[in-house]
Amino acid sequence: MIVVRRLLTGLVVLWAAATAAYLALLAAPGSTVDSIIGDGADTPLIRAQIIQEWGLDRPAVVQYLDYLWRAAQGDLGRSYLLQRPVREVIADQIGPTLTLAVAAALLGALLALTLAVTTRRPWARRVSSTFELVVVSTPPFLIGIVLLSIFSFSLGWFPVSGGQGFASLVLPAVTLALPVAGVLTQVLRDGIDRAMDEPFVVTARARGLGERAVLVRHALRHALLPAVTLTGWLFGILLGGAVIIETVFGRPGLGQVTLQAVNSADMPVVLAVVVFSAFVYVVINTLADLSYLLIDPRLRPAPATPTGA
Amino acid sequence: MALALDRPLSVRLRRPSGAGVFAAAGFLALALVAAVLPGLLAGDPLAADPLHVLEGPSAAHWFGTDQLGRDVLDRVVHGARHSLLIGVVATLIAVTAGLLLGLLAGLTHKYADEALSRSFDALSAFPLLLLALLFVAVAGPGTVGLVVAIGIATMPHYARVVRSQTFVVRQAHYVTQAVAFGHSRTRLVLRHVLPNVLGPIPVLAVIGLGEAILAAAGLSFLGMGPQPPSPEWGAMLSEGRGYLSVAWWTTVLPGVVVTLLVISLTVVGRHLQRRFEGRHP
Amino acid sequence: MTDSRVHPRTPTPDPQALPASLNGKHVPLTAADETRDAGPDARTLLVSVRELHVTFPHRRGDVHAVRGINLDIHQGECVAIVGESGSGKSVTARTLVGLAGSNAQVRSSRFEIDGRPGPFDWRTLRGGFAGLVLQDALVSLDPLRTIGAEIAEVLRVHRIGGREQRVRALLESVHVPDPDRRARQHPHQLSGGLRQRALIASALAAGPPLLIADEPTTALDVTVQSQILDLLAERHAAGETLLLISHDLAVVSRLADRVLVMRNGHIVESGPTATLLSAPTHSYTQQLLAAVPSAASRGRRLSHQPTASSTTAPNQPAPSTTPNPVPPQSSTTPNSTPRSSTAQTRAPQSSTGVRAGQAPSTSDSDQLPSGVVIEATGLRKGYGAHIVVDDVNLTVRRGEIVGLVGESGSGKTTVAQLLFGLTPPTSGSVAFEGAPWTGLTERRRRPRRRRLQLISQDPLSAFDPRWTVGRIIAEALPASIVDQDTRRRRGRSDAVQTLLERVGLGADLLDRYPRQLSGGQRQRVAIARALAPRPSLIICDEPVSALDVSVQAQVLDLLADIRDTDGTALLFISHDLGVIHHLADRVLVMRDGVVVEQGPVDDVFHNPQHEYTRALIDAVPALEVSR
Repeated sequence: MIVVRRLLTGLVVLWAAATAAYLALLAAPGSTVDSIIGDGADTPLIRAQIIQEWGLDRPAVVQYLDYLWRAAQGDLGRSYLLQRPVREVIADQIGPTLTLAVAAALLGALLALTLAVTTRRPWARRVSSTFELVVVSTPPFLIGIVLLSIFSFSLGWFPVSGGQGFASLVLPAVTLALPVAGVLTQVLRDGIDRAMDEPFVVTARARGLGERAVLVRHALRHALLPAVTLTGWLFGILLGGAVIIETVFGRPGLGQVTLQAVNSADMPVVLAVVVFSAFVYVVINTLADLSYLLIDPRLRPAPATPTGA
Repeated sequence: MALALDRPLSVRLRRPSGAGVFAAAGFLALALVAAVLPGLLAGDPLAADPLHVLEGPSAAHWFGTDQLGRDVLDRVVHGARHSLLIGVVATLIAVTAGLLLGLLAGLTHKYADEALSRSFDALSAFPLLLLALLFVAVAGPGTVGLVVAIGIATMPHYARVVRSQTFVVRQAHYVTQAVAFGHSRTRLVLRHVLPNVLGPIPVLAVIGLGEAILAAAGLSFLGMGPQPPSPEWGAMLSEGRGYLSVAWWTTVLPGVVVTLLVISLTVVGRHLQRRFEGRHP
Repeated sequence: MTDSRVHPRTPTPDPQALPASLNGKHVPLTAADETRDAGPDARTLLVSVRELHVTFPHRRGDVHAVRGINLDIHQGECVAIVGESGSGKSVTARTLVGLAGSNAQVRSSRFEIDGRPGPFDWRTLRGGFAGLVLQDALVSLDPLRTIGAEIAEVLRVHRIGGREQRVRALLESVHVPDPDRRARQHPHQLSGGLRQRALIASALAAGPPLLIADEPTTALDVTVQSQILDLLAERHAAGETLLLISHDLAVVSRLADRVLVMRNGHIVESGPTATLLSAPTHSYTQQLLAAVPSAASRGRRLSHQPTASSTTAPNQPAPSTTPNPVPPQSSTTPNSTPRSSTAQTRAPQSSTGVRAGQAPSTSDSDQLPSGVVIEATGLRKGYGAHIVVDDVNLTVRRGEIVGLVGESGSGKTTVAQLLFGLTPPTSGSVAFEGAPWTGLTERRRRPRRRRLQLISQDPLSAFDPRWTVGRIIAEALPASIVDQDTRRRRGRSDAVQTLLERVGLGADLLDRYPRQLSGGQRQRVAIARALAPRPSLIICDEPVSALDVSVQAQVLDLLADIRDTDGTALLFISHDLGVIHHLADRVLVMRDGVVVEQGPVDDVFHNPQHEYTRALIDAVPALEVSR
């Protein structure tokens, strides 16, 4: 029941996101045909093709429903600049971006867990808190630039740019992981602090459990709950960050495609990337919400009411 | 950059040390002076000096010079106005819209609330940076688009805080019990609900301002903001990037200033938050 | 953890056998200690502490929680530490297992556990030597783990094998039915009593000779509390040594061999339970005993000092002779001063509700011939198929105190909300001051709202945190008074000060925020605010449940005074039969949404007709004192 409700909510959000993107297209100055065509070849033939393809000669409502219907089927339109379906463009470029995002997410989560669990002493907390504040407050491109000038320009350990091989992934992934780790550490530490104030921690200690065991077996699980809530936000940082990081490190990927499309006003691509990212966000967020049920038994539907005395 | 815009601002953080808060407040004051009266602190940001191009930091040029021989520090000081203005206006848009919509959702019927909440969800489904890029693609690059995009993208956060806070206050004992004094609903909302909902907002806005400035820097780094030769911080970083291997100061030092500003806002904001929470539980 | 200081009693029992305590026998301890300071009897000393000080450093002055106490616990004893909040009783208990807190500074001239001085290997001692049971198992057991996992954790830490069978045996030993199924459930799926049993099982798991129970029954209903006390008594009879921490003398009197009374970090009095309760020597112990509301205390003041209003005519500014009622020593009034209107409260059943001596009031209900303030008929409230309140009929007359007693989930708070008009009843109706009350729009009820006030258990949440005490009370004043002077002076009007004086508070509190007040002061402010609109009925929903017994005594006295002087009727909702018996004229006993019995309080409590009432009364731990 909870699951069904959550999935339905996800669908509604997705629909609203697609609609918002569509409204942005309509709101663009000039005719819709101009927006769609962007800086691409502008011939009467292409114009006719666009009008026919987007059904621009039909009533607005029909156009909108048609757009939704095609989006639901995964048809995100056609880039007239690149002369190919947007779906292909995204499919081509998603690989490197996904690699970067997953590497950064794993690295960030790992770093955050380590920091939150190990820096419990006052001085260690102070150092770690300062580190978190700095990485969260620094523009990611600056982190990238500093890493680049130290490890690539000065030390020559990693390639300056490019998307080939593991070495070229290290610096971008670290750059993207640092702000993620900063925020996650703050949230995890806060969650652990709250849990450590709970009476069940006193009980656990009174059983003879060591501090590390109390932390890992009891408090950490409680601290994961607020961290899981951040999954959707995390995805936003990773995708948004990818655009910037790919620029700084000259990596191919979805970010580069998006940027190029924005600069040349290639609306179908921009629109598709935005709707696609909303789709991924909704899927990830729904999964995160459902994983709550795994972590917290109190949220599961009760099979039996409390009985006995 | 879409950094931390939707992160829970309610996180309980350690009390910043007194000296840290003092330093942060001082830096903010300096930034404010730079934004209002840049002439007091620095010279002409556009004065090129072809004889002193890409020189490192020195007594004459604390932050060095850029590829046109312009003093980097002068440009940073003058850039404060752009960056702060973009951040402040974007945050104002976000806070105002978030406040109104959040209150509407919190005070109305459950269907209206459901609809509004889902639209906040839908809006935050777009990563901030991509939403801003969509705006730029529609409206073209420029300061106005940047401000509106950041404002709209950060609005759901405030709206959600206001909405949930409104619910909490509305169901608080002191509101349900105030019914007993025979006051009207309007009066209850004005006397009890609104002040308790609005209370935390200025502090959230201070912390949010730092994040809006970060986002603006990220976007103008991508060339979506004020166009050269405006001394906007993100744009300066973007320009300097080409000379990174020979003149690190043209990018790193302005970047450090952005970082310091954001850190200062966060530290001061958290300090206010602690003070605020201390007074009103 | 293998440690060079391995404890002699490190439990490494035969894997086939249950933990020692489960079989009701204990491994004899090393006899070496018995020759040295073994106390009155020659039993083994499990704990021996002299001049224990515990201090918590704080920026604004250190908190000296425990100030030089001596404590001996012999094997097989049940020792109780009794005190109000902040007395240092819990800190003392936790210090015995090294859990006073990471920043606690512990000093003592002797600190011996199991006959050995420190340093201790706490992790072996915890669970192995002493098990700890805390107040509420819902939060004292990890809510994300099954209770089986929680119990098994103790066994794993202390390296005891055969965990699965042992978990079942432990759950059986604390009388948890169907232990295999329960072991797989989470704390929130169990009732309060079962949870507490599981928590006790986990504390006993490694067979510790000493069980420390810190307020083990405070969160429980009275019938469940009685069962848990039985369980603890059973463990005690089986040879377990108990250290019981409680605020409740009655709970303690049922179990303890010896009682220590703590106050402000000192032990003010100690001795065998019977002696201490029947012939207390220290004035604080006497005050504590006198403050306990019960049948015996009916018509008598509970607190040591009269509140201002008892000496003041209503609606007149009280002379501020007692602006600060907190230090009880300042008064010379004997604690048995009869209330001004003993005769009235003594004979509630002979009265029809309207009593003599209540003339000074101009309320509308004076004109009502019946004197009925509120009348509920066939009140029913259901959420879907779940009926919370079923066919409740209730009448409160002018100047009457009606008690509504029941355990958690009995629907008594829902009744309060229905009467107050926060939620509409599913069926049935309420008439207030002779006119319909339910079924009206809020707008039509509003003009009469001020005649019905509410006081809740947690006054802090009932105050706008941004408002000062003065403004909080001024809000409740009629608009005419507010318009005259409050608007200009923001809650500093004479009317506000008069009200504060009536509840025994000084004008110095006017500019304080609720957070800055003590629990007793907050409840007094709540009462002052409830009095401000001059209501004919105040619904009090567990108004003293969160208060220490001495503060509770003052608040109960104040409420009794208000009824006596103003003729305000009270509907007093409580889980505490003693409080009801002390204060109320009539009582309604609720269970599962139904009123099972009602009548004059002496009739109901001395001659209960319904079996549930009888069970409730039997479950109340009686304070065995001859006064």
